[in-house]
Amino acid sequence: MSSVQIQQSKAVWESPQFKKRLKKRNAAELRFKYYGLGAVILGLIFVLSLFVSIAVNGFSSFWQTQAQIDIYFDPDTLNADDLAGANYGKLVKQAMYKQFPDVTKRNEKRELSRIISIGASFILQRMVINDPSLIGTTQTLWFPVDDEFDMLYKHDIGRNVESGAPSRLSINQIIWFDQMVDRGSIESRFNKTFFTAGDSREPELAGLRGALTGSFLMILVTLLISFPVGAAGACYLEEFAPRNKLTDLIEININNLAAVPSVVFGLLGLAVFINFFGLPRSVPLVGGLVLSLMTIPTIIIAGRAALRAIPPSIREGALALGASKTQTVMQEVVPLAMPGFLTGTIIGLAQALGETAPLLMIGMVAFIVDIPSGPLDPSTALPVQIFLWADSPERAFLEKTSGVILILLSLLITMNVVAVYLRRKFERRW
Amino acid sequence: MQTETNVTVEKERIVIHTDTSKFDARKSEVNQNVFIENRMTADNIDVYYSDNHAIKNVSLEIRANEVLAIIGPSGCGKSTFLRCLNRINDIIDSCRITGSIKLDGKEIYSSDFDVVELRARVGMVFQKPNPFPKSIYDNVAYGPRLHSLVSSRAETDEIVYSCLERVGLLSEVSDRIQNSGTELSGGQQQRLCIARAIAVQPDVILMDEPCSALDPIATAKIEDLIDELRSQYSIVIVTHSMQQAARVSQRTAYFNLGELIELGDTSQVFTNPNHQLTEDYITGKFG
Amino acid sequence: MNAWTLTIILLVMSSLFYAVAKKRSLRIAEDIGGIRYLHSAPRYYGVVAAALFAVPALSVLGLWVSVDENIIVRMVLSEFFADMQSADQAEKDWLVSQIQIYAHTGQLLATENAQVLKAAADRYQHLVDQSETLRNASILVLGAVISFVFVLFISAKIRARVIAESIIKLFLLASSLIAIFTTIGIVLSVLFEAILFFQKIPVRDFLFGLEWSPQIAIREDQVGSSGLFGSVPLFTGTLLVAGVAMSVAVPVGLLSAIYLAEYASTKVRSFAKPALEILAGVPTVVYGFFAILVVAPLLRDFGLVLGLDIARESALAAGVVMGIMIIPFVSSLTDDVITALPQSIREASLACGATKSETIKKVVLPAALPGIVGSLLLAVSRAIGETMIVLMAAGLAARLTANPLESVTTVTVQIVTLLVGDQEFDSAKTLAAFALGLTLFVATLLLNVTALYIVRKYSEQYE
Repeated sequence: MSSVQIQQSKAVWESPQFKKRLKKRNAAELRFKYYGLGAVILGLIFVLSLFVSIAVNGFSSFWQTQAQIDIYFDPDTLNADDLAGANYGKLVKQAMYKQFPDVTKRNEKRELSRIISIGASFILQRMVINDPSLIGTTQTLWFPVDDEFDMLYKHDIGRNVESGAPSRLSINQIIWFDQMVDRGSIESRFNKTFFTAGDSREPELAGLRGALTGSFLMILVTLLISFPVGAAGACYLEEFAPRNKLTDLIEININNLAAVPSVVFGLLGLAVFINFFGLPRSVPLVGGLVLSLMTIPTIIIAGRAALRAIPPSIREGALALGASKTQTVMQEVVPLAMPGFLTGTIIGLAQALGETAPLLMIGMVAFIVDIPSGPLDPSTALPVQIFLWADSPERAFLEKTSGVILILLSLLITMNVVAVYLRRKFERRW
Repeated sequence: MQTETNVTVEKERIVIHTDTSKFDARKSEVNQNVFIENRMTADNIDVYYSDNHAIKNVSLEIRANEVLAIIGPSGCGKSTFLRCLNRINDIIDSCRITGSIKLDGKEIYSSDFDVVELRARVGMVFQKPNPFPKSIYDNVAYGPRLHSLVSSRAETDEIVYSCLERVGLLSEVSDRIQNSGTELSGGQQQRLCIARAIAVQPDVILMDEPCSALDPIATAKIEDLIDELRSQYSIVIVTHSMQQAARVSQRTAYFNLGELIELGDTSQVFTNPNHQLTEDYITGKFG
Repeated sequence: MNAWTLTIILLVMSSLFYAVAKKRSLRIAEDIGGIRYLHSAPRYYGVVAAALFAVPALSVLGLWVSVDENIIVRMVLSEFFADMQSADQAEKDWLVSQIQIYAHTGQLLATENAQVLKAAADRYQHLVDQSETLRNASILVLGAVISFVFVLFISAKIRARVIAESIIKLFLLASSLIAIFTTIGIVLSVLFEAILFFQKIPVRDFLFGLEWSPQIAIREDQVGSSGLFGSVPLFTGTLLVAGVAMSVAVPVGLLSAIYLAEYASTKVRSFAKPALEILAGVPTVVYGFFAILVVAPLLRDFGLVLGLDIARESALAAGVVMGIMIIPFVSSLTDDVITALPQSIREASLACGATKSETIKKVVLPAALPGIVGSLLLAVSRAIGETMIVLMAAGLAARLTANPLESVTTVTVQIVTLLVGDQEFDSAKTLAAFALGLTLFVATLLLNVTALYIVRKYSEQYE
């Protein structure tokens, strides 16, 4: 057979056409590379702008503007027989009138007293009930100011009548407030209320503790259910399951469940747990049950990967010593796979912690002031609190929303860091 | 249908025959002119992977129309050296190369030598057959289309069929040329990869242990093919098998621990090595 | 006795039986010359005894809880409202909820029949209390008897380990079956309510109707007093938002995956990949807030510059933010697929003289195509099932439009809004949510299963 190869000459590669094409191809190469780089940078910009915008908005929610006033615990107002029902608001008002003796008109007085949050009277009530000896004395105290003034002090919002968002502050109120600032009786202080109080209609009194507790209880329920069930399911599928139709069906189901929209799980929770089993609405137990069902597939998938990474030699070693299959799995394999199970569980729980839609459907959107004390008390959860506050018209809730998001994100980041740490620490190459 | 294809193929073959007869005459002239000429020369090559000094000051030349075999124990840098010759090592981040490699007198590591042109002129066949997950036809047509060496379907057919013919695959796959290249047997896949490499019409073909994944019969076919391809190309073959080196190569280079220990005519290296290490390796004392 | 006390009692008694059985097996072992003459280690006898206590107790408890309410209600009804036997279901339900609410809270919802209702409620409460006592007693006794009998019969020959192991295996099997039960639960819960819905509203009106206004008017003579349940505007809204999302996520996700897998140095990759994946861990409600806080105003301003009027809540804003959310999803799945391709075919292409981008476009992407298509399908499924972003940023207006600048509503948003705060459970409005849920479940199921099938087939190819 003779050669049929067309002889190649250097001329082809050195021809101007080839050089021109080469230039074009190299330009295309560079272009493509920059498209990719651009996409990565764009993605990173998204990450950055998400975090920066929320951090910038939310950071100030950890501070609260407070006003210093001298409260005279007037024995005339505070009837010793009914300390709980006394008119504490009057004490605050009187103290404010004393600071501004020029203000005499009735409606001006009302405007003046609005500078201080209505929460002040609750603070006084608590103080007096705890320590009735205060009656008759004068104390210099700090109180949160109303949210509009908080915004005014922090961000200068509301000073001018802005387009689209007319301020509720009057000129007088702004002048009085500025006077208080000049006197040094206005200060920005750490916002303890934000961490210790439940929800409130007043932004300056609203806190995330109710939501935090609700989320905690829910995640606890989820952990208690999904970890044992998920780990057991993974063990069965990886170690015991025969290769048959049923096993295939389970596998398809698990993979599919991991991708079913969360809102559908909400429907399940509503129809099964609330309507069929008659469990109460709005409680962390039901939330935890629904989230468990969503988390179990994640844990099973992660757990199976962990089990698969353990070499057969470990099992063979134990079996060769006369251990039964179950003993081998329970005593040799599972302890080795435990870090993998834990990592999967933490990641699953982190997902569950941020889940919102199914909780809305089982009624966890109610406005609940009290802090839940158990999994059967009505409560909200952190993501739901975000949803509720994001919907509120007050400018101050915008800040609070970002604040809760910061807390939620830091929880999630902590969980993920722990998961990564666990994985790194116990990662073994066989 | 099938017979029809055969007929057209046959026709083309005839056409090509008549065509190449002219070429052949001219080629033999060219060959005579360049026979003593070195196609590629490598001077003082050092290669580092991070801190690992993989190739130490290697210099050798590759002549036109010869098969140069590179032998040596595992990890001696044979493949690393080979992969420097078409700069495929560039894709490894940690790899650093110093020294000079020239192709027809032009420095391939200089910025004005385009790596695309280099790789088109220095083809490569890998250890494990690696056809693209495309049809046999598209595998062979890949290079020519890439470099716009063909401008019509007829021209592409011509190159594809002639290259398949050249590696002895055409008769084996003529009825399934549109099937995926990954469906072929190992030996066929490797010959397909060689067809793919020669379809770009390179000057030099690098072969990195091309037969290590193949059975003896497939190996024999590839060796025959290498011997036949020598008439047109310079071939550098890295091999583990000393018998293979002895069978197919004109010259042999022996590498040990990243150094070029010995380079000479194959008959001389195998029968009368200059260096003790070479002798130890060849006589099977280690390796 | 509340649920916690019962749980604790069950736990304590299980451990008690564990200890007793273990002790007894040890005693028997002593008599016959040592533990090694027992068939199984002593703790297995303990495990079996504990399981024999807990398993029957828990199964009876579960059975009891699921039927007792029904039985009690039936008893009360037949005792006090014998004449209502033939009344229709709705009337009975109303009566029952009146009785229950009075029993729980002492509030009467209606004034007629107050005396009878009060008596019925007392009787109901009495029966409930009785049932609970009886239940607790019987499960404890049942479990204790079975377990005790086992303890009595413990001998060296009883194969406790084998029994314990089969109990463990049964538990493992049951755990893995949860997945199937969850799916069945989903299907049944949406299917039943959806069927009820379709009895009120014909399937054809639901699937092909062009108008959606589920608010049922209070007055009979109002327009659309029965509510309109044409879901086409919801489907188009969903597709519109998902379309915008995919047109953000696909180019950015694909290109960044390609860049990180093929071009980026190890250093860049090890920083940028996890950084992008952070996006996947951010809760969707945060994205929703991001949409209203940043993206929607930005797009609105941008639109003003271009002379476009973009609604405050628009499909565009929701879609863009959803796209950002999906980027890591697309990019990490694509990355998996691309990096799974053997390096050798890249080298083959480069050795033919292809540039990197030619290698990617002509070899890598065609070879990875099935895997990429699979992951894109999963991403689409994600996009149409996403709720919070659209709920917060896309609006509630069911509008039949293809204009992304307008506000639209989606299937998921309607499911949530129809159900939130609604208490009555059989109005067409509530049931519509389940019909929508069924559609959504079926659509995502098809997408997921197809995608998983493609991805699986693909990954087998390169194993």
